[in-house]
Amino acid sequence: MIFAVAATITLSHFSAAAIYALFASIVFGITQRNTQKEMIRYALYCFTLFVLGTIAAGWVMWLLRH
Amino acid sequence: MAETNTRTAGVIDTAPPLTTMAVLAPAIGWLIPGAGHFIQRRWIRGLLLMSSVVILFVLGVLMDGKVYEFNTGDLLDMLGFVGDLGAGALYIVTRAMDWGKGAIQLASADYGTKYIITAGLLNIISAVDAYDIAIGKKQ
Repeated sequence: MIFAVAATITLSHFSAAAIYALFASIVFGITQRNTQKEMIRYALYCFTLFVLGTIAAGWVMWLLRH
Repeated sequence: MAETNTRTAGVIDTAPPLTTMAVLAPAIGWLIPGAGHFIQRRWIRGLLLMSSVVILFVLGVLMDGKVYEFNTGDLLDMLGFVGDLGAGALYIVTRAMDWGKGAIQLASADYGTKYIITAGLLNIISAVDAYDIAIGKKQ
């Protein structure tokens, strides 16, 4: 090994999902729409769906657990 | 026969022109995330795409995610390799440095593995977008 990775990052489940949602939404917005306004709106739409989906999935798992 | 020829002659060729940019933009965009947009002077888009792909990939490696190598074993492992390969130079450098071994005992490492695969797949989408701009399909 030439260089070892210095630090290990540990994120909570929600923060990991939120960061994932943020960057995936940015790429989706830029690549899937044509005008700047549409790109921003679509990125926000994707981000909202990602986060709401995460929260909904969390509650479903909580209900299954209890 | 004559009817067939007439129909063939009436077909409009809709294939995009094969320009240098149409070849270079997706190739460079794959190798260096966002560069396919940079060479077409889409600075802001290129910067945002580069940031998104690089940050996701680096975070994935820092979270001890696994970087797949070429394999002919499990189907999911093969798909993981294809996804990772999409990150272009990031994947090549990571493999050369022998990073991304994956720590299976950590829950965050599993997220890291998904981050790395997603970064590769998003980079492929970015490269296709650069191609669309190069052929004039998108502004």
